[in-house]
Amino acid sequence: MSNNLVIDNLHISVEGQPIIKGLNLAVKQGEIHALMGPNGSGKSTLANALMGHPFYEVDSGEVTFDGEDILGLEPNERARLGLFLAFQYPTAVPGVSMANFLRMAVSAVRAENSNGGETTELIPMREFRRELRDKMKRLGIDESFARRYLNDGFSGGEKKRAEVLQLAMLEPKIAILDETDSGLDIDAVRIVGESVSQLIGSELGVLIITHYPRLLNYIRPEFVHILLDGKIVESGGWELAQLLEDEGYDPIREKYGIAPL
Amino acid sequence: MEAEFIKNPLCAYEVHKGNFSREFVEKISSEQDEPQWMRSLRLDAYKRYQSLPMPHITPDDVWRRTAAMCTQDYWRRTARNMRGLKLEKYQPVALTPNGKLMQSDPVLPNTSAAQVQSNEASGVIAVQDGRVVEHALSKELVRKGVYFADINTALQERSDFVRSYFMTKAVRIDWNSFDALHGAFWQGGFLLHVPKGVVVEIPMHVFIALSEANRADLAHSIIVADDSSQITIVEEQLSADVAAPGLHCGAVEIFVGRNAQVNYAQIQRWNHQVWNFSSQRAIVDRDAEFRWITGALGSRLSKLNQVSVLEGAGCRVDMLGLTFTHARQHIDIHTYQEHKANHTTSDLLYKSVLKNQSQSVWSGMIYVHPEGQHTDAYQKNDNLVLNKRAHADTLPGLEINANEVRCTHGATAGSIDKEQVFYLMSRGLSYDQAEKMIVAGFFEPAMGRIPLVSVRKQLQQSVTDKLAI
Ligand SMILES: Nc1ncnc2c1ncn2[C@@H]1O[C@H](COP(=O)(O)OP(=O)(O)OP(=O)(O)O)[C@@H](O)[C@H]1O
Ligand SMILES: [Mg+2]
Repeated sequence: MSNNLVIDNLHISVEGQPIIKGLNLAVKQGEIHALMGPNGSGKSTLANALMGHPFYEVDSGEVTFDGEDILGLEPNERARLGLFLAFQYPTAVPGVSMANFLRMAVSAVRAENSNGGETTELIPMREFRRELRDKMKRLGIDESFARRYLNDGFSGGEKKRAEVLQLAMLEPKIAILDETDSGLDIDAVRIVGESVSQLIGSELGVLIITHYPRLLNYIRPEFVHILLDGKIVESGGWELAQLLEDEGYDPIREKYGIAPL
Repeated sequence: MEAEFIKNPLCAYEVHKGNFSREFVEKISSEQDEPQWMRSLRLDAYKRYQSLPMPHITPDDVWRRTAAMCTQDYWRRTARNMRGLKLEKYQPVALTPNGKLMQSDPVLPNTSAAQVQSNEASGVIAVQDGRVVEHALSKELVRKGVYFADINTALQERSDFVRSYFMTKAVRIDWNSFDALHGAFWQGGFLLHVPKGVVVEIPMHVFIALSEANRADLAHSIIVADDSSQITIVEEQLSADVAAPGLHCGAVEIFVGRNAQVNYAQIQRWNHQVWNFSSQRAIVDRDAEFRWITGALGSRLSKLNQVSVLEGAGCRVDMLGLTFTHARQHIDIHTYQEHKANHTTSDLLYKSVLKNQSQSVWSGMIYVHPEGQHTDAYQKNDNLVLNKRAHADTLPGLEINANEVRCTHGATAGSIDKEQVFYLMSRGLSYDQAEKMIVAGFFEPAMGRIPLVSVRKQLQQSVTDKLAI
């Protein structure tokens, strides 16, 4: 099977400042990738740009999803192709209940015709409710969450769980988890780890952005990539994550002649 | 179970169109053979109308010389958009009862009886171009002594009752020129009287419609809820013709007795050719609860003056407002929370969404009298401006003359949050769907406090329609 998400020589800048400078990466369904890199190295920049955030300017390079160039697509079109981003800092939308939002999102993503727009037919309420209740239960999320306003007043950990719930509901092909483990308590890391593992079993490919190997103990990545100075400087297996944990980024910086921060 | 109802055979009228002249005031009064007191009230009001300044054509120095409570400041933000108003273009009506029963087919759906029968409403009145065209009331309420009639009929049947409330205690003829105009030329509207202790569970529906071009509607509404009664009234104002120019100059007077509970919802959906002026005042007695729901969606320009007087100790007033303007609409709402007694609570929440080049003005005042100790008053106005060219003015105000009070107010204005749009779109929603969801979320704190499903649905539909334009 060919790769779903292919990033080729991508350059991204933020307010005129180059952040990602020639990045290559390919992720396919069923695969587990970890992306690690120091604070400010551009991990979230990459994630947001892949999802189509207008603030991040793609200067050059190519990104395809199932062979289709997605850089000209709107964020919702990317979502409908099967790309998902669990945000490092999810946005609150006051007044919009989790349940209403999710029903709309699930309906939009699952809709047969890909034109989107106002014509989206909502999936039947009962079917939706049952699915939502099941998935919330599996993620250890209280039922009252469905009535709460989207990320509004959620604790840090609650926001992250809500992101994983959305992932479980939207059933994308490829998901980027941007520090989804940060802010989660020990039990929640395990629950999230197990749930994501399950989804991977059913054909999800993930790119996990993290600083800690804790989550990776539950979802053992086959590929570990290190982002430094706007590029992936090193890719390896699980041993690379362990090396980082023991020695930090300095040896790698030295190796590639990148000045320490 | 189906409800029994009475459907009054409606008297047919000959309709005379007129103008805003003294002669026509006399004609209105004499054609309907009004009691002397009403005739004098009309003529008094006409005199006031002539002496009070018209906001849009009055030079500044005249304002300065005017001692009336109606200040220049009250009109300032709206007067410049009123320049296109030519009062002489609009025709008030005089009605001559011709002794026959009504035959004409009204523009409004002839469903009042069906609504009552199916328990959708316990009473319905529809007024079109100043003339009542529909009326039905549940028999049970008739037995309980509820009186519900168009106001012209009420004036014939209950002159003394009308007299003690009509523009005496609540809305006055001398507050501003439009109130004076209303007093002189009023026609149509309704009187609802709920006797002591009567609890009406199913809402009453009132429709006020404009259909003929250049018609002036001057509907007058009076609601009297006696002690310990309970009632909900939903009033819809609408244009039968999407393009017919019109003028509405209305008044609403509400009296909430001790321990009574009243909900009054007014949904205004005039077309964009209608000038809309309205003075509304509720007087709320001891331990009563009054909920005021305003959906302002239509009209070319609106100037609404809405006053809640917390007259009896321990009473509570909620004022909820949802406005959505688009194209070149201009909606100006002035609210007043007047605390006259101790331990009174008022809570106001007005939410406005603006699109295109539309404008909205909200100015609010919490006024606490020295007698208003232990007042708890809250006031909040939020504006969501969807386009750069739309403009929202928000002017909260407090005037407190008692020392043991808690009064808070807040106002916000902002455009749609791009991060929210991106977040929702990243989950598969189109831009339009995301915008719709954010707007619905913006209205939700007010919408969620409306206890009437039908009103919520109507407002939600209007929001959807407006976003789609
Ligand atoms: N929205 C933004 N506004 C301003 N600067 C930004 C924004 N997003 C990213 N940047 C800048 O781009 C650079 C990369 O930031 P980014 O958030 O991608 O780093 P990161 O690798 O995700 O870091 P962390 O591990 O701390 O999450 C930083 O210098 C950051 O300040
Ligand atoms: Mg980051």
